[in-house]
Amino acid sequence: MKRRGSTWADVVLLLVGACFLLPLLWLVFGSLDPAAGHATRVPQQPGLGNFAAVFTPGLLFLPLWNSFLLSTGTGLVTLVAAVLAAYPLSRYRSRFNTPFMYGILFGTCLPVTAIMVPVYGLFVQLRLLDSMPATVLFLAATSLPMAIWMTRNFMDGVPLALEEAAWVDGASRLAALRAIVLPLMRPGLGVVFIFVFIQAWGNFFVPFVLLLSESSQPAAVSIFSFFGQHGAVAYGQLAAFSILYSVPVLALYVVVARGSGNALALAGAVRG
Amino acid sequence: MVRYLPVLPAAVLLLVFLAGPVLWAFHASMTNVGLTGRHARNPEWVGLENYQRLVQDPVFPLSLGLTVLFVAGSAVLGQNVLGLALAVLMRRARPAVSATVGTAVVAAWVLPEIVAAFAAYAFFSRDGTLNQLLGRLGQPETDWLYTVPMAAVVLANVWRGTAFSMLVYRAALNGVPAELTEAAQMDGAGAWQRLAYITLPVIRGSIATNLMLVTLQTLAVFTLIWVMTAGGPANGSTTLPVLAYQEAFKFGDIGYGTAVATVLIVIGGVFGAAYLRLLREQRP
Repeated sequence: MKRRGSTWADVVLLLVGACFLLPLLWLVFGSLDPAAGHATRVPQQPGLGNFAAVFTPGLLFLPLWNSFLLSTGTGLVTLVAAVLAAYPLSRYRSRFNTPFMYGILFGTCLPVTAIMVPVYGLFVQLRLLDSMPATVLFLAATSLPMAIWMTRNFMDGVPLALEEAAWVDGASRLAALRAIVLPLMRPGLGVVFIFVFIQAWGNFFVPFVLLLSESSQPAAVSIFSFFGQHGAVAYGQLAAFSILYSVPVLALYVVVARGSGNALALAGAVRG
Repeated sequence: MVRYLPVLPAAVLLLVFLAGPVLWAFHASMTNVGLTGRHARNPEWVGLENYQRLVQDPVFPLSLGLTVLFVAGSAVLGQNVLGLALAVLMRRARPAVSATVGTAVVAAWVLPEIVAAFAAYAFFSRDGTLNQLLGRLGQPETDWLYTVPMAAVVLANVWRGTAFSMLVYRAALNGVPAELTEAAQMDGAGAWQRLAYITLPVIRGSIATNLMLVTLQTLAVFTLIWVMTAGGPANGSTTLPVLAYQEAFKFGDIGYGTAVATVLIVIGGVFGAAYLRLLREQRP
């Protein structure tokens, strides 16, 4: 075997890595710089003033709370619907399964931005605009294809024999699902939930179109309307807000990536 | 059939919120439904009028071309090739280096899209990081977002999305049997020959899948372009999602915007069907 690690590969990789980090450097420096602009520069008088300035209920807490409600709601609805749907698809053999799974896979291919204009029209007709629950249901529907696909794969990994033992002891199918199957696939369910949560947390276009009043807008939209549209932009505060808004998903990503890099790659494989 | 009752909640959600809008799109694109005014609640049937307008509108072919350019440049060429190159290099580099660089590449991908878009906007703006770097090298300042908006959004999308291809190819390369490449090495094949004649043919299934998926993802990119250029200047970076949004919400013509969206849905559907076919061939 050749010695692992060639120097020119290291050099090329580090150069590419530096290019990927450069745009992010602006965020970090800018957030600490009271006089930040578009330029990347080491702050002359670094301080936490920008963070203090955005640390207000209206600017930070309410939008983040809305993001949390939106993402948690989407994650829970998706997870429950996906587990229920995955059970028959995983446990019964039927000619219904294959077309349904292909339909699901086709659903993951749908460009979600393409349906936002029709969805807006539909929400107007159904008088659902500006409704948080309706937006949660829509986001759940867009993440469901991927979630069902993943959940079924995880459920296929739980041996049927364990369940059958529970039935012999008199447990119903639902009881066996709750007591045997779900605990065994808990790490998998965690991956699905976190993945849906991250997607919903980072989504801008869906709440931008469907949630109109400021009191229900998540951080993704409020950050855009507070800073993006008003003439004189406080770039330092924008960077500070961006970092506070990004930290939760970065942390969740680390949790999942540590647990199982493969599951995430699988999840990523159908990211829409 | 009772056994399949648990599928019902998911099926209802998918029918109402995914299949519903798609079917509604075909219908609404043949009406003059508006954002406000009397056509908002009581739209009239106009048949294929919106599509006739679409064909005559000079912005539509421009937008279609820009979308093809965006997908080909940032997904098929940029993300796909760079992702493969990174995955190949990571197998040769020191583990610590490849882990560090992998984190940097993935970071751009995990960030919320609006944050990534702000960072890319600042990077390419007139007094942004790119001009700072080029200034050091003695190059004159360029306003990238105005003079070459497509190049800026293509590069930004490569930055944003390469992690996905990199992860797919890292997994694929791990699945290439070591005996194959070692045997080729014994026979005197160089690194490039091994890549071209052994590795790439073995992972061709992953390449096809990845190409399909990055194409579909890139087709749907809206936020990045909207924040960086808002489709401008003079429609110079108006891809189809941006055009659909503008027609519907800026000009208040939901019917016409929906017609643009319908074209995008059909394109996505064609690629989706091709993707399914590909998967079925791979797993007979």
